[in-house]
Amino acid sequence: MAVVGSIVTGVGSIFLFLGSLGVFRLPDVYNRLQAGTKCTTLGAFLTIIGVGIMQPGWLLKALLIAFFILLTNPISSHALGRAGRKSNVALWGRSVVDKTQDFGGYRKEPE
Amino acid sequence: MSYPVFLAIIGAGILLCLLRMLKGPTTVDRAVAVDTTATITTALLVLLGFVFRRYVYLDVALVYAVLTFIGSVAIARYLERGL
Repeated sequence: MAVVGSIVTGVGSIFLFLGSLGVFRLPDVYNRLQAGTKCTTLGAFLTIIGVGIMQPGWLLKALLIAFFILLTNPISSHALGRAGRKSNVALWGRSVVDKTQDFGGYRKEPE
Repeated sequence: MSYPVFLAIIGAGILLCLLRMLKGPTTVDRAVAVDTTATITTALLVLLGFVFRRYVYLDVALVYAVLTFIGSVAIARYLERGL
């Protein structure tokens, strides 16, 4: 059981690192938001569940924390993306499609 | 046994988020970096609670997750001029 929990925790921490690497390296607010939300949600979920597997007495509260992160992380990322759109942050120059051009839209910045 | 490796990986991730927070061109970039750092810190608190064998750290992580969620939503509402 300890080996399984250790493997799950390791995979989760690797996902956390990859998410923050995406936050560091991607070119745009919206790309960074996507990397920093999805990878981090999965990484935190796997890390907390792995701790709950390694220590079975803690599993209920670990599940509670993981479910809370799974529920609230998309809400805050949606609010941040909406804030970027409302405060007129420009897209990356090589972005392909922009559906918000139908109602006002962003300015595209040149490369 | 292998927990220092996990802690080092997660610490490197927090360091990259802090660099983006220092560098980010707009305010929304910094808010995204803060939100990512908060989620990583919640997972790190649970892992530290396992390493130190303290059950209280799970409560700390739960309260930290609630408070940073409220903070991120408040910052986002402020940036879109709705607060």
